[in-house]
Amino acid sequence: MTAATIDPVTDAMIGTPKDKTPVGTKAAKRLSSRKGAIAVWVIAALWTVPTFGLLISSFRPEEDIKANGWWNWFTSPSFTTKNYSSVLDTTIGAKPFSDFFLNSVKITIPGAIIPIVIAAFAAYAFSWMRFKGRDWIFVGVVALLVVPLQMCLIPLLRYFNSDYFPLNNGVPAIWLAHTIFAMPLAIFLLKNFIGSLPREIMEAARVDGASHMTIFLRIVLPLSVPAIASIGIFQFLWVWNDLLVAKVFGGGAANQPMTFAMVDMVGTKGNEWQLLTAGAFITMVVPLIVFLSLQRYFVRGLLAGSVKG
Amino acid sequence: MVEILKTFATVAFGLAVFVGILFGLYWLASQLPEPWRERARVAVFVGPALLLLVGGLIIPSIYTGRLSLYKGTSATKWYGLGNFRDLFTDSDNLIVLRNTVWWVILATTVSTIVGITIARFADRMRGEPIAKALIFLPTAISLVGAGIIWNFVYATKGSDPDKQFGLLTWLWLKLDPILPGKQEAHYWLQDRKFFGIDSNFLPGTNTIFMIIVIIWIQAGFATVVLSAAMKGVPDDLVEAARIDGATDRQAFFRIVLPYVRGTIITVATTTLIAVLKVFDIIQTMGKGGQFDTSTLANDMYTRSFPLEQPGYGAMLAVILFVAVVPIVWVNARNQRAIREGR
Repeated sequence: MTAATIDPVTDAMIGTPKDKTPVGTKAAKRLSSRKGAIAVWVIAALWTVPTFGLLISSFRPEEDIKANGWWNWFTSPSFTTKNYSSVLDTTIGAKPFSDFFLNSVKITIPGAIIPIVIAAFAAYAFSWMRFKGRDWIFVGVVALLVVPLQMCLIPLLRYFNSDYFPLNNGVPAIWLAHTIFAMPLAIFLLKNFIGSLPREIMEAARVDGASHMTIFLRIVLPLSVPAIASIGIFQFLWVWNDLLVAKVFGGGAANQPMTFAMVDMVGTKGNEWQLLTAGAFITMVVPLIVFLSLQRYFVRGLLAGSVKG
Repeated sequence: MVEILKTFATVAFGLAVFVGILFGLYWLASQLPEPWRERARVAVFVGPALLLLVGGLIIPSIYTGRLSLYKGTSATKWYGLGNFRDLFTDSDNLIVLRNTVWWVILATTVSTIVGITIARFADRMRGEPIAKALIFLPTAISLVGAGIIWNFVYATKGSDPDKQFGLLTWLWLKLDPILPGKQEAHYWLQDRKFFGIDSNFLPGTNTIFMIIVIIWIQAGFATVVLSAAMKGVPDDLVEAARIDGATDRQAFFRIVLPYVRGTIITVATTTLIAVLKVFDIIQTMGKGGQFDTSTLANDMYTRSFPLEQPGYGAMLAVILFVAVVPIVWVNARNQRAIREGR
């Protein structure tokens, strides 16, 4: 089954040329130079130092952080995990920081799964079901990629706050908003992938009497794992790192994710660097784990997501 | 512990309700007699997505367009094009516009150039994956997290160099004997002048220092995409140019760069759109837009919600939309050109 190796997502987005020649050893050193390599390492170091400094600082005792720079740690090392335990107990709007971590989990898992499932169903319909105006509707979906989410914030919030809205304002409202905003891109990318699965498999399954649901669950989903993983990771990080959507739709502090808590702490505890450094690292831990363990999918998802309007 | 259980209960409940509705509808559709059955099944597959798109994106966008012509706390007073006029005439609003223009210009060009530079020189160098991963790492972090990282770099405390914990301020004060002029402790993120120059057209030092953060994030994206494209340049082309006597520099600028031109456009347009909507960094580093640091997207939030001027906020959303459309169009055309072969 060669279909699993097809990756139109990446190909379409990066535009990998078809005439790519294998890397030859004879040209191994083309256009690279010693000076160039030094420049790259200098930039790489510059790019790493800010994060590294924050990481070191988050493990220095409060007195040390406030007394001098983290680079002094090399000459007079000290270590504590107290910053982490105290930031988890720090209250923001009467809630401890640890609750905001849980809120982020609560918002992100459904906020990533729901849109992908709905989009996968729609992508299947646009690829393998017959209905009137199918291709034109799909063009319309793609055209919606240009709408910035700012265009929808005010009316959606008014609707969510009105009596006609069935869900309580709060976490479900954030799920719904993320689902809406993810739709055009997720459908577009998944249609590209699902639509390029081999026609023969679908037809054979139809002939054997399989229903659309069976084909979708048993054939399309398993074959689409690489595409779903890439888009899912992109959406997961997008929701996890989001501030704007949660701030607008989440109501009070009770339903807010960690990003909100961190911005609040910068405002109210801006000089408490022992808390800010540790807190910032807690918000980063999940994305960094995803980044380090699933880098391949992460890169693909990011490239694919780059067309978002 | 109870809180953790409650979190997972909420997640499981939300997902269960969602899956239940979806499969319940499909089951209902399957109970219908033909020819309705097939149509109902199509509706279950594509219906939820279309409902979300129409109800969540299309109708709200039209509504926002209408709101932009009104004013008042619930946008009920007809104001015509007044909101648009206010954006281009009021001096505070013009600062927001000016900042956004500088964000877009500086962040887009610098991150693309950094990306090109690294993609060129890292290609086939020893330790290439590690160097690229280090530059790419910030892409995973939230803009809020990035803002805090850089707040820490820019932090200033008193004027004693030995007591500084902000790396930049420490360097600034330590380099005093070497640099021209007198270096004093400086609160970077509150400085609304352009390195001492007071001009209506130039961004504040604080804005420049925030733009550095988005460059820090976007450069990794540019590097990865451009590096992939440059590895696709056929070796024969470069070799042929070399044999004809071209230097490395000439081969790069005359062969490699033109070859990946399409990818450069993709990177630039993508960065541009991301920068246009910058919000989190202003919230984290500029105290929500104080000290003349606001941008269009940040002002859209502030005006619409905390300040309750939805008409003006809607107008800013429309401006963002109008700005994004041509960029996406260029990007789409360019990507199609790439796919169809150069």
